[in-house]
Amino acid sequence: MGIIEVQNEIIDEFSLFEDWMQRYEYMIELGKSIELIESSKKIDSNLIKGCQSKLWLHAELNNNKLIFKADSEAIITKGIAAVLLRVFSNQTPEDILNANLDFIDKIGLKEHLSPTRANGLISMIKQIKYYALAYTKN
Amino acid sequence: MTLDVNKIRNDFPILKRKVNGCPLVYFDNAATSQKPSKVIASITDYYENYNSNIHRGVHTVSQEATDAYENARKKIQKHFNAKHSEEIILTSGTTHSINLVANGFTSLLNSDDEILISELEHHSNIVPWQMMCEKNGAKLKVIPLKDNGELDYESFLKKLSNKTKVVFVNHVSNALGTINPIKKIISESHKLGAAVLIDGAQASSHLKADLQDLNVDFYTTSAHKLCGPTGIGMLYGKKEWLEKLPPYQGGGEMISEVTFEKTTYAELPNKFEAGTPNIVGAIGFGNALDYLNEIGFEKIEAYESELLDYATTRLKNIPNLKIYGEAKNKTSVISFNIGELHSYDLGTILDKYGIAVRTGQHCAQPVMDFFGISGTVRASFSFYNTKKEIDYFYESLKKAVAMLS
Repeated sequence: MGIIEVQNEIIDEFSLFEDWMQRYEYMIELGKSIELIESSKKIDSNLIKGCQSKLWLHAELNNNKLIFKADSEAIITKGIAAVLLRVFSNQTPEDILNANLDFIDKIGLKEHLSPTRANGLISMIKQIKYYALAYTKN
Repeated sequence: MTLDVNKIRNDFPILKRKVNGCPLVYFDNAATSQKPSKVIASITDYYENYNSNIHRGVHTVSQEATDAYENARKKIQKHFNAKHSEEIILTSGTTHSINLVANGFTSLLNSDDEILISELEHHSNIVPWQMMCEKNGAKLKVIPLKDNGELDYESFLKKLSNKTKVVFVNHVSNALGTINPIKKIISESHKLGAAVLIDGAQASSHLKADLQDLNVDFYTTSAHKLCGPTGIGMLYGKKEWLEKLPPYQGGGEMISEVTFEKTTYAELPNKFEAGTPNIVGAIGFGNALDYLNEIGFEKIEAYESELLDYATTRLKNIPNLKIYGEAKNKTSVISFNIGELHSYDLGTILDKYGIAVRTGQHCAQPVMDFFGISGTVRASFSFYNTKKEIDYFYESLKKAVAMLS
């Protein structure tokens, strides 16, 4: 599935929820199924800055597709990471670079996008885009 | 007479607002306090009616502004019972005050000297002294913490020596709420000739410090912690100490005569108040003290300790909840974790219920390191909070735990 299809799928899922509580509960569930980063990769250079809880992100290129893995000490942060990984993992660096991020607004996560929020969502997106840029140049 | 909390809540416009559809429950008072209408009105009144630069103007409005600014200094002097009004330096807040003192000691100390600070300190209390030590080679010694969040007083006595030139302790810890035995610390330090600086930022909203009775050399606080505006605070220094310290910043107000060969400095307090000061801030600060004194600190202290006891008892009903810092003497602050849950997750869910708490390290990494944790949830109560709010907090916290587990 391409990035747009995955985003639409997520928007559909989140549209079923009536309040923030259901959205958060779902995100927490998603966090539990995240592709976990290996403990050997939980190193400082893989830490995302600007997050109140520790959040690690790592990427590897496989058949011109970037595979992202992540983990966080905080469950909500992990859930946010899981949503992002579902959209961006297993996609080509070019598609990731060109991806638009409107879906974050549509699933009610925009409140987490403010740069002063301590959850690192913006930093996480930046890091995902940096990985994509690095692998495009190669 | 107890405190009439319903009447008091009407004084605070912000307490009427909703957050995420729920009434705001503000339990982040240790970070900053809310402002009563009286203080807000005094700020507007200044800008609408007598905004002017102070001290040098011959015109009426400047004279009114000068009087209001100096009157604020007198209110602060009276509140803290300082001997002279020129011993009150108006600063931008506690961090500024500490930097001023640490900078002043840079040229007074050398590599044979030691300064003693506590493990309970806020980062802003540690860094200025580290910077000073880098410049003059003085050694930084640390008074350790005990498991209950109190300072290890025996260790303080052991580390204090005639090499110690400055002792620096907070009156109340921001991370745990521990009230430190500063009177004993001051008198022991003086026996060996050390000067004592006390950070009162976390104490001033809960208890009234009598500076002459404490016999402290320097004491500092920030107005925004006690219902005043941000960007203003005070540094109290005994006159003989403030005369000994060199000026911190150069500029207008702090000079007596300027030629290109030499400048002579102004008398206290102007020596340390370079540039146009935060005039409106000082006026707001003075009005905040008036407001609190009208309620009365005895009532505030009694009511807040009632809230603390009530909240502590309720929270202890939550399985796996651990409170950090249970000193015998503490202010209305509860720092806690629940099982393996991350403070960030709890804070995020509580915010959804309209409850404002602080999460993370509270700018006190050494304290967190001591307990071997990455952070806590900190709920801090003020005299305008209620038991009903604590009940709602307790119920919301239980819901958050259920969601996150």
